[in-house]
Amino acid sequence: MSAALAAPEQTEQGAAGLLAIRGLRVAYRTESGFLRAVDGVNLDLAPGEFLGVAGESGSGKTQLLLSVMGLNAPGARIEGSIRYRGQELVGAGERVLGSLRGARIAMIFQDPMTALNPYLPIGIQLTEGLRHHQGASRSAARRRALELLDAVHIPEPERRFAQHPHELSGGMRQRIVIAMALICEPDILLADEPTTALDVTVQAQILALLRELRTRAAIVLVTHDLGVIAEVADRMLVMYAGRVVEEAGVERLFEHTRHPYTEALRRSIVPLEGPLPERLPSIGGNPPNPAALPPGCAFAPRCAYVFDRCASAPPPLAPVAPGHLRACYYDGPLGRIR
Amino acid sequence: MNAAVLPRPVRIGGQWREAWERLCRHRPALVALALLGLIVLLALLVPLVSHHDYATPNWDELYQPPGGEHLLGTDGLGRDLLVRVMWGCRISLTVGIAASLVSVLIGVLWGATAGYAGGTTDSLMMRTVDILYTVPFIPLVIVLTVLFGRNFLLVFVAIGAVSWLDIARIVRGQTLSLKNREFIEAARALGVSDRTMIVRHIVPNLLGVVIIYATLTVPTVILFEAFLSFLGLGVHAPLASLGTLIADGANHMKSHPYLLTIPAVFLTLIICGFSYLGDGLRDALDPRSAR
Amino acid sequence: MSVPPDGMAGTPALAVSDLAVRFAVSGPKRWLQAVDGVSFTVERGQTLGVVGESGSGKSTIARALLRLVPATAGTARFRGVDLLALEGPTLRAMREHFQIIFQDPLASLDPRMSVAEIIEEPLREFRPALDRAARRGKVLAMLDRVGLASAHLNRFPHEFSGGQAQRIGIARALMLQPELLVCDEPISALDVSIKSQIANLLKDLQLEFGITVLFIAHDLAAVRFSCDRILVLYLGRVMEIAPRTALFETPRHPYTRALLQSVPVADPALARSRRTAPLGGEIPSPLAPPSGCVFRTRCPFAGPICGEQVPRLRPVGASLVACHRAEELG
Repeated sequence: MSAALAAPEQTEQGAAGLLAIRGLRVAYRTESGFLRAVDGVNLDLAPGEFLGVAGESGSGKTQLLLSVMGLNAPGARIEGSIRYRGQELVGAGERVLGSLRGARIAMIFQDPMTALNPYLPIGIQLTEGLRHHQGASRSAARRRALELLDAVHIPEPERRFAQHPHELSGGMRQRIVIAMALICEPDILLADEPTTALDVTVQAQILALLRELRTRAAIVLVTHDLGVIAEVADRMLVMYAGRVVEEAGVERLFEHTRHPYTEALRRSIVPLEGPLPERLPSIGGNPPNPAALPPGCAFAPRCAYVFDRCASAPPPLAPVAPGHLRACYYDGPLGRIR
Repeated sequence: MNAAVLPRPVRIGGQWREAWERLCRHRPALVALALLGLIVLLALLVPLVSHHDYATPNWDELYQPPGGEHLLGTDGLGRDLLVRVMWGCRISLTVGIAASLVSVLIGVLWGATAGYAGGTTDSLMMRTVDILYTVPFIPLVIVLTVLFGRNFLLVFVAIGAVSWLDIARIVRGQTLSLKNREFIEAARALGVSDRTMIVRHIVPNLLGVVIIYATLTVPTVILFEAFLSFLGLGVHAPLASLGTLIADGANHMKSHPYLLTIPAVFLTLIICGFSYLGDGLRDALDPRSAR
Repeated sequence: MSVPPDGMAGTPALAVSDLAVRFAVSGPKRWLQAVDGVSFTVERGQTLGVVGESGSGKSTIARALLRLVPATAGTARFRGVDLLALEGPTLRAMREHFQIIFQDPLASLDPRMSVAEIIEEPLREFRPALDRAARRGKVLAMLDRVGLASAHLNRFPHEFSGGQAQRIGIARALMLQPELLVCDEPISALDVSIKSQIANLLKDLQLEFGITVLFIAHDLAAVRFSCDRILVLYLGRVMEIAPRTALFETPRHPYTRALLQSVPVADPALARSRRTAPLGGEIPSPLAPPSGCVFRTRCPFAGPICGEQVPRLRPVGASLVACHRAEELG
């Protein structure tokens, strides 16, 4: 569990912590001003854990993932610490990061075509990473690739080797991308909205697949869909305007939501069964503008429980129960949640 | 997932004003604009204030080097080079801008019609363009000169007849891609007439591209004209465009190099000026750089 | 209030019959049947949801009805005429009564026009008698109604967030108070916290103006909130049409059931306890649809008859179902 105070890597897992992020800040200088995409995030990931990060656009969730891989756009100013097995990644330089990417930390994206070259056959793309990082021979790499294709349940794996991405459906491409990510046996798989662009039935297949594959690597899954996180994750963070506003085990967070934003998000979801509201409870206002954040709590302009303290400074992330953190000044009860 | 576009501070006049501001930030384009402005100013004023004129020979002052009474020297007939170069700039700029405007107009109408109409009309119109592309330019001008004699207007027509082709292709391409944009579909669903569609939706969205290419056509045209004049097919003596001056100067390259270098420098400045300006406009008006 | 033509008060606002849309494609197959034999009705003032995944043809149906894409066959009776048979000026005149909202709010707005110009365009086209001041008055009233401020009038689309841009699109579509509004995935591209704002807005406006709505979406939760009846599409064919309660409580078609089971549940305890195997396989290529029932290649209950005969839509309980075995599955 992440400590609220700025204690160095001494977490509860101690040295076994796979990923330890402290005080991460990612900012860009743009025409409209200084844009703070990530504004002070702490995160811990233990081996075999499935962590969900929930947030909308502008929450900084994608920038968070990109920072771990060192893939932020040029011009990004990164402060803070990201330690992978104790090794510092911020400012580590291309050689170090290059040796980790794909080999120890892998990432998949919303659009599988960001990782797939439309001109190369699948077989080459699958084995590329293995041959680069581990110097495997052609036949050994091919064997391993077939194993992975099987693990991601691609029918007729040998036939796929010669095919090109455009010959496959979206769901299949995403499976291939997952296979590519896992082929070098990384410790960590980062997934940025991996199912958002997929049909709902295919999404269900991919989520089931991720659940199956979690024995191979710890997974961090970023999405705006709370349902997806509820289906697959053990623990989750909710982000808003670059900061973590609530963090807890998934069941705990859904049953005992303690942050107004999380509560509002949950209430705006329409259930597929049970009573239906006449009007959907919605969050007024607009998503935050990272280039022009208010001085206090970023959610204050839209919060139903706002009071004067909220404008003073962004609230710190503090524990409200063992393993449950939130960043809010309001102490009172939130509405009854179904 | 639609990323929330950062709401910008209010700008009245929207896109154009923002484009202007972006242009002002493009250093080379600003310098180019200032330089061109300076040349235009000189080209207009110098012949008016100078007591030399471009045509009268002065047998006492042949081949004077630059300096003193004649700032840029004199040519083989004793005529002041400064005034002649300024006249040359006038002609080059006039022909350049006017011929560009004409060719842009023709090109836009042709390309937008072809792109919007689509189908056979489009094919016919664009095949015409393809055929015209194959016409060799210089022989055409020579033939026209033989038929109609040397004529300033001829140069104009010849150049205009050729330079609209590029614009037509570009505008047609833009129109085609615009046709598929969702807001055009939305306008169609709204029930707007074809005429309204073209006038209110297509043309304003083409303007950016048209302005850029118009600015980039000017140096091409000026160069064409200079080339024609160099070959002796352009303006009549004693009037001289920069091309004619360069041709004359080339004959005296060894003995009086300034007769070549000075008009050449001005031509270069004008062409580079428009090119950089076009570059800056392209950056300023490209909608993608707005996102 | 949009007023139906005389004598039409009791009839459905929109009655689509055997709609088919086919696209020519390059290659050996030559045709892609995007929509095949789709029939449905929408009662006045009601909302019909059209749900389906990719390749279901739902967007194609919207575009065919809006005459943005040619329909190959079928009729769509609206205001006493067949929409699909209209041409030229008659079609243009009819457009005043049926409008559309698009999925990508920013792309559907002309980037070079100000908000004022965008919203008043329908008035300029169809109400030429109105002068500038009158138009401006109506635009302001509509802006207010959709939750935007008069300060937004002179701004340009790229200055707005997705949710605000969609409000502009809605304002534009409703300026002429159309009788029918087709919403093509109106909230899919919006942020989670904004979806419910726009869904509420659409519902309010529908009630206020008495509009009949065709709501196209892939998101079942949104459809549950916004729609009275729902039509489920698969590979361009209708699988089931049912009133909301019936569809969600007693889905009759195996595909509908699979869809409902696939939706992630925002309740971890419930999700874990009710986990079912996801629907296997993939959507077949629309270039080579399976014979008989197009869903049979993935249907856990497919039998021999399913490959031989195309099932017809027939009543089972409160729903209309196209499945040979609907009664057995209960």
